[in-house]
Amino acid sequence: MIKAENKWKYKKLLKNTAFVGICLIVAACCLFPFYWAVVSSFRDGANIFSTDLWPTHLSFENYKTVFKDKTFLCSFWNSAAVATMTAFLTLAVCLFAAYPLARHKFPGRKRVLMIALGVTTLPQVAVLSGMFELIRVLDIYNEKAALVLSYMIITVPFTLWTMTNFMKSIPKEIEEAAIMDGASQRVILTKVFLPILGPAIVTTGLLAFIAAWNEFLFALTFTLTNQARTVPVSLALFSGASQHEVPYGLIMAASVLVTLPLVMLVVIFQRRIISGLTAGSVKG
Amino acid sequence: MRSAVRLKEKEMQSQRGGNLIEMPGNSNRIRCEKKRQGLINWLFLAPCLLTLALCAGWPLLKTIYFSFTDAALDSLNDFQFIGIDNFISLARDQDWWIAVKNTFVITVVAVPLETILGMIIALILHRNFKGRGWMRAIVLVPWTIPTIVSARMWAWMLNDVYGIVNELLISVGVIDSPIPWIASNTLSIVSIILVDVWKTTPYMALLLLAGLQSLPQDCFEAAEVDSIPFHKLLMKIILPLMKPTIVVAMIFRGLETFKIFDLVYILSSGNSATATMSVFARKHLVDYADVGFGSAAATALLFFIAFLSIFYISFNRKKLNKLS
Repeated sequence: MIKAENKWKYKKLLKNTAFVGICLIVAACCLFPFYWAVVSSFRDGANIFSTDLWPTHLSFENYKTVFKDKTFLCSFWNSAAVATMTAFLTLAVCLFAAYPLARHKFPGRKRVLMIALGVTTLPQVAVLSGMFELIRVLDIYNEKAALVLSYMIITVPFTLWTMTNFMKSIPKEIEEAAIMDGASQRVILTKVFLPILGPAIVTTGLLAFIAAWNEFLFALTFTLTNQARTVPVSLALFSGASQHEVPYGLIMAASVLVTLPLVMLVVIFQRRIISGLTAGSVKG
Repeated sequence: MRSAVRLKEKEMQSQRGGNLIEMPGNSNRIRCEKKRQGLINWLFLAPCLLTLALCAGWPLLKTIYFSFTDAALDSLNDFQFIGIDNFISLARDQDWWIAVKNTFVITVVAVPLETILGMIIALILHRNFKGRGWMRAIVLVPWTIPTIVSARMWAWMLNDVYGIVNELLISVGVIDSPIPWIASNTLSIVSIILVDVWKTTPYMALLLLAGLQSLPQDCFEAAEVDSIPFHKLLMKIILPLMKPTIVVAMIFRGLETFKIFDLVYILSSGNSATATMSVFARKHLVDYADVGFGSAAATALLFFIAFLSIFYISFNRKKLNKLS
């Protein structure tokens, strides 16, 4: 009897150790590239070629250079401005649209949702030349407005679906109670739904912000000068005089600076982000 | 369905003053009210629909239109209609078919890998253990990092002379001499797949985790009580129940991978042997300023994607319906 219990305990211990082992491997795979970028960014000059896994010698030289680089700071500001604008505009447009889609049944409702879903599958290059012409006509080439306009194609359909799903999940009774109390539709939307939707707005806004911050193809195509570029583009075009002189230390420092705000946002809001990411697609 | 309409009507009536009793004379007013409500609905939808029309509909149609012309980047107003010439030269272009092949290879290899790894991570995150919140945050990190940053990070790690990956592999004894991960055409595709899998597995894991959590949780408990071995639980219960979720997630990821651009742009240094369809289209559109031909390539990619999505969705319609 005691023997059997011991065996069971032993088995459980083995199982738990295996589980912890798998967890550690997964965590290492996820984190190592970023860890390595951080370690590399603190190595200056020839130290960058060291393959020591631990940070051997701390130097802030790369960060100093990055902060002195006007082009990089400029692109940082551009990215922040464009991503914020995109998130706000997307939210404004989608909040209104999601209300009838989620709370009323009317002919054409399904079609609107299907169109939005169709737009999410559109490849970006498929709108590239048409968008280029539109931007030329509007005379906003090489300006932030061009990027905001083109990013809406990425953020709006996704946000519309997520927002509709969130709004659908609000119990009908709340709306009915408001109607009974004589609230008009405008009041229902602004005084009842908006406060309840607070977390959902934060989530979808954050996701739109991240999507705009990370976007590359449109930013590469619709900007020309250093002053107009966003961070991904200036990072991609950041290169030395030749193939063998790529300033990897600098690139890693810049990469860390670009990623840190996002990683912090995600760690803080991880629960909300996960609910937002999954609400839009699978539950459909 | 009918009862829902009835409910709606009652609701509208109540809005006009709480009159819940149905009277024959009211039907006209109800119809009027319904029309008004429809108008309000479309008014709410208008900004969104206009945005979609302006930044998706119009550019899309224009791109398809351009693909039948000889427009150039600096003369977008002055072009000739040349029929399907662009598509004919596209079909004869060897580089295009290489790009098509590369795109297929990347998608067919990367998506199943992501699904398997994503499933493993989802199963881990589904278990209740100490530090689960931390694990979830850690797993999200690769997804958070901007694609360009991860491409550059990996390019540095995979550097043939100074890269840490070669160094580690040599020190473990897997390889004898450094491997040119990015310089070689074949290996460059391998690197692209590797980085894509690293970057998008978290997303896959989240989608699958949502699916896992919507399964009836008592089957997990029952399995534990009956001490059914895990592999049996996985094969006989979890995977069959998860099939619709897995299919939908794979379609989403497959369509996404089909458009891959950023990673390829950074990790293959513009070489046409490693280009994908998106890279090919953009190169002709912008770098060679050949809007007509580039648009034709983009339109072809669009057709590939439309075909795939229609095929997949109709193939799995039943499961999709069940899911929603």
